[in-house]
Amino acid sequence: MTIEILMPALSPTMEEGTLAKWLVNEGDSISSGDLIAEIETDKATMEVEAVDDGKIGQLLVPAGTEGVKVNTPIALLIDSTELPHASIKNIADKPYLEKEKIAPELKMVKPITLEPNSSIITVREALRNAMAEEMRSDKNVFVMGEEVAEYQGAYKVTQGLLDEFGDKRVYDTPITEHGFAGIGIGAAFGNLKPIVEFMTFNFAMQAMDQIINSAAKTLYMSGGQMGCPIVFRGPNGAASRVAAQHSQCYASWYAHCPGLKVVSPWSSKDAKGLLKSAIRDPDPVIFLENEVMYGQSFNCPDNEDFLLSIGKANVEKEGSDVTIIAFSIMVGKSLEAAEILHEKGINAEVVNLRSLRPLDLDTIINSVKKTNRVVTCEEGFPFAGIGAEISALINENAFDWLDAPVKRVTGKDVPMPYAANLEKLALPQVDDIVNACGEVCYKD
Amino acid sequence: MKKNTSTKTLNESKMNYDLELLIDMYQKMLLIRRFEEKAGQLYGMGKIGGFCHLYIGQEAVVVGIQSAQIEGDSIVTSYRDHGHMIACDMDPKGVMAELTGREDGYSKGKGGSMHMFSREKGFFGGHGIVAAQVPIGAGLAFAHKYNGNKNVSITYFGDGAANQGQVYESYNIASLWKLPVIFVIENNKYGMGTSVNRSSAGDNLSDRGKAYGIKSEIVDGMDIIAVRDAAIRAIEYCRSGKGPYILEMKTYRYRGHSMSDPAKYRTRDEVEKIRKTSDPIENIKILLNKMGVEDKALKDIDVKIKSKIADAAKFAQDSPEPSEAELYTDITIN
Ligand SMILES: Cc1ncc(C[n+]2csc(CCOP(=O)(O)OP(=O)(O)O)c2C)c(N)n1
Ligand SMILES: [Mg+2]
Repeated sequence: MTIEILMPALSPTMEEGTLAKWLVNEGDSISSGDLIAEIETDKATMEVEAVDDGKIGQLLVPAGTEGVKVNTPIALLIDSTELPHASIKNIADKPYLEKEKIAPELKMVKPITLEPNSSIITVREALRNAMAEEMRSDKNVFVMGEEVAEYQGAYKVTQGLLDEFGDKRVYDTPITEHGFAGIGIGAAFGNLKPIVEFMTFNFAMQAMDQIINSAAKTLYMSGGQMGCPIVFRGPNGAASRVAAQHSQCYASWYAHCPGLKVVSPWSSKDAKGLLKSAIRDPDPVIFLENEVMYGQSFNCPDNEDFLLSIGKANVEKEGSDVTIIAFSIMVGKSLEAAEILHEKGINAEVVNLRSLRPLDLDTIINSVKKTNRVVTCEEGFPFAGIGAEISALINENAFDWLDAPVKRVTGKDVPMPYAANLEKLALPQVDDIVNACGEVCYKD
Repeated sequence: MKKNTSTKTLNESKMNYDLELLIDMYQKMLLIRRFEEKAGQLYGMGKIGGFCHLYIGQEAVVVGIQSAQIEGDSIVTSYRDHGHMIACDMDPKGVMAELTGREDGYSKGKGGSMHMFSREKGFFGGHGIVAAQVPIGAGLAFAHKYNGNKNVSITYFGDGAANQGQVYESYNIASLWKLPVIFVIENNKYGMGTSVNRSSAGDNLSDRGKAYGIKSEIVDGMDIIAVRDAAIRAIEYCRSGKGPYILEMKTYRYRGHSMSDPAKYRTRDEVEKIRKTSDPIENIKILLNKMGVEDKALKDIDVKIKSKIADAAKFAQDSPEPSEAELYTDITIN
């Protein structure tokens, strides 16, 4: 019997990887548990273990091949009792083993044109660069969180920081969110500038009391004496298939509270400009990243003094028929929707909020005055969400400019389900945005 | 597995153990291991998504403790929960179908690997937030005491979890109110990529009960007999109304923290050495051999278990995805 060894999935979000190295040769006998290959993803290099016993009949994908899709056959394992050539021949009759078909498909991505004075880097690199640059220029900036130092970050955002800055500036904490958030806040009261990473914002709920009661309110309670220059950052929102306790958007939770600033970048440029501003900001800043975005590449200015002001939105695409207001991962989905809408004859404007508190009301209202129709997009729950707030603000400030009621595209009003089909239904999709825009434009 | 409540003590030699009980424990550990190996394979094939934390290496802890429990005791643990569910006699088919996110899973596909429950089997989850299950376990013990039954709560958590504040809040209340809870620290030496020494001050995690007047023991969690004996002592103590008990199980996980862990924080040699010298399943095999059970008989058991697991894997892939209407069920009761 011949068994196909398939390119394994090694993380919830992995779609493809590089087959870096074969640790076995054709003809080698292996048993379950033996290491057979090394695979690299954008996050890590991992060893692949054999799951069956047998003999390696053929290596189908050469070492060094990039972009190998999960589940592509990478080798053939033959029962060690069989004659190797017989079974290989047998399998080789199958059309999918023809040479050209074996070559792994490369993922179709839109080419990015390099802009002047910029580099094309991932959101992950942009975040790391922002931290590294600020740590170089201000010795009071330090980083702490779970697995941020020796492990290089659970999602590799802090990669290399320990090497460059040493253990006085980069701290691995125990799994004690409430405690280390409070320690960060105390350090900020002591004039340091902590960057506190939450492995994900789901775990920041453990630290909620310190964030709200200590970081957000103390300046007010002290009559302006006790500033708290701290950044709480980490991935927010849904990753992939990690279910209810690990997939939630907290944007509206934090944006609800006076005393906090809340930002949420979409691109690498946003990530760098906003994180540098957040670190320099004298107030506590909640910095909501998105795990799915970490590996995406964008142009990003090289300038070490590149900053984006907290409180300013950006019009990513100009349009005249409808305004789509989004933040974080939903900006990309909104731009995709705008392309589809374009084919349908609807010219959508896409506003990337970047900052949720303060919210850039001017940009929103100006856009409403131009298009007279609005769709808001977020991954979070609809009830008392960011869209609800925007809708209320538009009502109060630009009611007469509206030609249709504001429509909200949100995550469904349910805890995130694990099952693949239900998760897809629970999350806002490009089609939902397209449909909502169709509705406010009264087109079907 | 039938509940066995015989109370042999450490003084009796291991050879005096009931052969049937030993074989039963061997089977259950093997069932967990084969289940986890299959789960790892299905993950690699993309049939299981999200996070998947395997229990391979730690089997003796849950199986040994379970052998000392009685009907009605409650169990609660973290996201590394597949082994606990199988030890609670939950059906591997239903567990695997939850891993694949299908209708026949224990949570109808809505919870996944980290969040599964069976009220019927006394298994209260399956919790994704590190240490959240610890006060919940103390609360289950509160309910046992309140109801005046003789049951106890077995509350499992990791060495990493042992640093969370809510653990100590639970210790204090459990001791103050003499709650029948056994806190089982599964010290597998690492919390994700951080070794115990780098995360925890003091010598032993079990010592931390002293401040609250809680009795504790350190146990070789790779030796199922030692685990069972300690569990019998702890459970008897709790059942007799004396309050909580801490068992720190020294154990080891062979695989990465989850499937996506490159495991650079420890050497391959470290893992291999423990596998070779202290594997709980190999250990009990040796004991069974000494007691006259032949390899052939053990091999037959393995073959049966493998086919049971293959059935579970097939079932889990054949079961349909939950219906779309399930998206809106179970949010509140009314
Ligand atoms: C409150 C919280 N913080 C962080 C995490 C991410 N996380 C999941 S498991 C884990 C390590 C836990 O280690 P340990 O308690 O030793 O259990 P083990 O995984 O070894 O069984 C971390 C940091 C989480 N799930 N919950
Ligand atoms: Mg651990």
